[in-house]
Order: sequence, then structure tokens, then C-alpha cells
Amino acid sequence: MSLLKITDLTQRFGGLTAVSDLQLNLEEGGLYGLIGPNGAGKTTIFNMVSGFYTPTEGTINFDGNVINGKKPHTVTALGIGRTFQNIRLWHDMTVLDNIRLSQHYHLGYSVFEPFLRTKNYFKNEKRIEEKSMELLGVFNLQDIAHEYPKNLPYGIQRRVEIARALAAEPKLLLLDEPAAGLSSADVSDLIDHIRWIHDNFDITILMIEHQMEVIMNLCQYIKVIDFGKTIAEGTPAEIQKNPQVIKAYLGDEGEVYA
Amino acid sequence: MGKYQQKTMMIGGGILFGLLLILAHFKMIDLYVQSVIMFIGVNIIFATSLSIVNGYMGEFSCGHAGFMAVGAYVSSLLTVVLFTVDKETGLAILPASMSIYLFPVIIIIGGIAAGIAGLLIAIPSFKTRDDYLAIITIAVNFIIITALNNMDFVGGSRGYMGMKKVIYGMEGVMKFPYMLFWVITFAIFTDFLIRRFITSTYGKGIIAIKQDEVAAEIMSVDTNHMKLVAFMFSSGLAGISGGLFAHVIGYVNPGSFSILKSTEGLVMVYLAGMGSLSGSVISAILFTILLELLRPLQIFKWVIIPLILILVMQFRPEGLMGDKELSDYFPKLKKFYKFK
Repeated sequence: MSLLKITDLTQRFGGLTAVSDLQLNLEEGGLYGLIGPNGAGKTTIFNMVSGFYTPTEGTINFDGNVINGKKPHTVTALGIGRTFQNIRLWHDMTVLDNIRLSQHYHLGYSVFEPFLRTKNYFKNEKRIEEKSMELLGVFNLQDIAHEYPKNLPYGIQRRVEIARALAAEPKLLLLDEPAAGLSSADVSDLIDHIRWIHDNFDITILMIEHQMEVIMNLCQYIKVIDFGKTIAEGTPAEIQKNPQVIKAYLGDEGEVYA
Repeated sequence: MGKYQQKTMMIGGGILFGLLLILAHFKMIDLYVQSVIMFIGVNIIFATSLSIVNGYMGEFSCGHAGFMAVGAYVSSLLTVVLFTVDKETGLAILPASMSIYLFPVIIIIGGIAAGIAGLLIAIPSFKTRDDYLAIITIAVNFIIITALNNMDFVGGSRGYMGMKKVIYGMEGVMKFPYMLFWVITFAIFTDFLIRRFITSTYGKGIIAIKQDEVAAEIMSVDTNHMKLVAFMFSSGLAGISGGLFAHVIGYVNPGSFSILKSTEGLVMVYLAGMGSLSGSVISAILFTILLELLRPLQIFKWVIIPLILILVMQFRPEGLMGDKELSDYFPKLKKFYKFK
């Protein structure tokens, strides 16, 4: 079944067309890759899907709802989680609080209950805390629950950020360059980690990545874009042989001798 | 946190409070000292309410005294109309004896009015942020003051009085240091409310906004809603401090809620540290006492106070407490009181 269906998606910033006529169809349970040179419009697509930009044209259909024009927090509540290229954890809040706050969309109590401290409030705060600790336990992060993210190594911060995105129970997870800034040892850990998440959570993953090692190892289907247009799509093996992709990444064949 | 220690803390606090009231009742505390204590209470409410927006949420609201003015005028008008014979508003509607019970209700109504004013201003202004929000709130402060200056039924720039009559009316029924009691009670009540807000997962949404608004929005925090709620809550509490201020002095004029008053609030919050409740309380106490000590200098105190702010920003930019609470420095206090 199709989970995310993007049709004729176009985004213009003034005279610049960042994305034009994009079609994308993600089946439930798949692991997809989105690649392309710098400035190709990959992050713009993420920003449209997660609600930061309203597309100029086209529709984004997620799980039966048209979501273009919806606010990011509503989109998250509908089931799209995301991470950022540069880690955006709340650095002066404990890891536990980071996870806890990602469940802000269903607290289960009304605005007045924090002041009145009703039974319902305590019940739901307890539920949120237990769920957060359980998630941290699944990610083997329970020991650092009370640490501040700013004091943690970069690789761990990545994992906390992914855990935080999963705390909102998304059906679709968007990973924006999860391997950026990681050492090669951390990258192979990350590959195992993403595969493990994909196998253990009932989730569809779409990721942007520059490191081919990650993309080719993980993704079942890859879409290549350049200047906002799709230039190729297919399985990793097909993409590696596609002359247009090679041209986009390495320039014209005539220029390449190395 | 031990249950036993907490009980000790509550009983001890209660005894201190009771002792203070008894001493005040039998005039064993100087009236001047009493009024300083009341100003400390008013400033605690004012500073902690501002620290919600400027400290915890990390936005910059510059016109907080405007909301204090709304609370002050609404509650003053209500008490005078309801309980006193006034040549403009006519006979008292309710007997003076009722004022004992209705006084806190009226202060809270003043707070609600200020909260609504805050909401009305927050809806358009939170479309912007940072510098623009600061400019808008300064403008709002001026609008409120100018409006009050031109409202004849509250005395215009001459100011409004008559609240003392209400206090005398209350004391006529039963001798008791009412204002001291209510100021301290409201100060404690305010800090309890803020602490409850800020320790809930719901309220922590505003701390998330301060640390990274984009991440907050993507992690399902309805940032717009949270900003409105926080701003409304904060201006409502400022209204309560205004109402108490008006009744402590017994006289209000628009000038006392000018941009200078807002600046006092900012000084208290930034001295305290962004996002520290106990810090705001401590700095409100220190600041009020300092203002009193510097009183002989008259206008020159406004050279010294900004100088202190400059020195703090130079040598301790995060403020006295940063985002820490007292219990982070003195962990033993955690037994007595859960700070966050």
C-alpha cells in the first residue's frame, strides 16, 4: 500500500525553482534513498513533506490525508518523524526530557491539569516517562537518560536524535544525512542501526545521504535528483550504472580521466 | 525528597509567616519595613512572571509593566466601585465587610483582565520574534500608558486613588495586616503555579522553543499555541502584581507603569539568570532592597543600577543563577523542596 504519494510537486522561491514536478511514491515498509549533488533540492523536499514549506504546486498525500499546507507539528502528529542534517537536539535539556517532549502531541491532559495536578495528569506523565525510558532502553541509551546532549559524543547524539524522532511513533521516518560528520567506524554502526530500526519498528524510511556506502548498503530503491528534477530512479545496482547519475556526480565523461 | 523534611519545611514556613503577621499586627515591625516587604512580594511576582517569557521561553518582551497597569487599574476600579462611596461612581454596591472575602477575587479578576490583554497582544505579535517582538511590546507599553493618561474616569495623568478607603474598610471590620498577608500569599501562589507549569511536559514545551524552535515544531510541540499560553499566563501574573501594587500604595498613576518599570523587571530577570525561578525570587529580593538602600541617591540610583547590570553581563553573562535552581547549588535543599 502506498504510504506517501507526491504528485507534481513544485516549489519556487521567487524566480528560483528548487523542486519541479516531482513524483514520489513510497510503499509501506520500504527503505528509500534520495540522493543528488549539493543544492539539488533534497532538503527542500523534506521541508515540504514535514510542513515547513507549503508547496507552490502539487499535492502530498500521506496515509490518506493531503498534508501540504499543514503545520509541522500536525504533520508530526499524523505520523512523519524527521531528523536534521545538523543535529538539533535541545542541548540544555536531559536526554530523557528530549524524548519526553516529542510526545507533546498526545499528552492526554488539558491545559489546566498541570496547574491542578489531577490524577489524570500524574497518570499521563507517568505513562510518558515510562514510554520514554522504555524507548531509551530499546536503544541502549538508558544510562545516559539524565545526561545533557551537549556533553555526549557526536555519534551518540545522532542516535538520541533518531530515538527522539521515533518517540512520536511515526509511520514514516525522514533521515536528513544521518551519516554527516561521523567517523567511518560510526558509519558502519549507523548502517546496522538503521537496518535494525527498519526491521524492529513497523516503519518506512526515506533518507538523504551523500555517503554511497550508506545508501547502497541500505536502500531498496533510490531516487536521484539534480536541479530539482528527477534524473534517475531504481535499485542500487541500476543507479550505479546509470550514465546520467555518473554525469551529475562526476561531470561529463570527456572531462573524467582519473 | 523526604516527606518528613517537606512537612517540616511547610510548618516552619507557616510559623515564620504567622510570626511576621503577628509582629506586624501589633506594630512591632516598622511600617516602612512592612512596606519594603510588600514591595519585595510585588516584585517577586512581577519578576517571576516576566521570567516565563524572557527567561524560560527566550523571547524578549519589553513592555511587561503595561500588563501590570491593566491589572492595577482593573482591580482598583473594581474595589472602589464595589466598596466605597465615591463622587463619580456613587454609593458602595456591596457592604465593606464583604471586601475581606472578595479582595483576592478582585485581584485575580485584575490578573485575568491583564491575561486577556496579553492574549490580544500576543496573537498579532508572535507572528514576529526577537527584536521585532521587543519593539512591539515597547509600543504596547506606550499605548497602554497613553490610553490611561487619556481616560478621565480613572483620573487620567493625575492618577487614581480610593483604594486606601477599601483597606481601611477591611481593617474596620477586623484589625489585621491584610495587605502583607495577601502580598505574601500571592507571591507564594505565583511561584507554585509557575513551578507546576514549568515542570510539566506540557510547560517544558516553552523551554524547547527557547533552545530550538524548529526542532520543537517538528517534534510535535504546537509552538504558536505554547507562545500564546505562556504570554497570557505571564501577563496575567503581572496583572496580579499590579493589582497588589495599587492596593499597597493606595494610589496609581500611569507614570508608575512606564517603560522604566518594565526595565526594572528586565534587570531583575537578567540579574537572576534566564530560566531560574529561585534566581528570580532572590534577585527580586536583592533588587528591591538595593533600590531602598539607594533611595538617598535619588535619580542617581539609575546610574548605579544599570551599571550593576553591565557588570553582571560582563563577568557573569548567564546571570547570578544561569538556568540552575538553588537546589543545584545546594543539593541538600532537595529534601525540603522540589525545585524542578
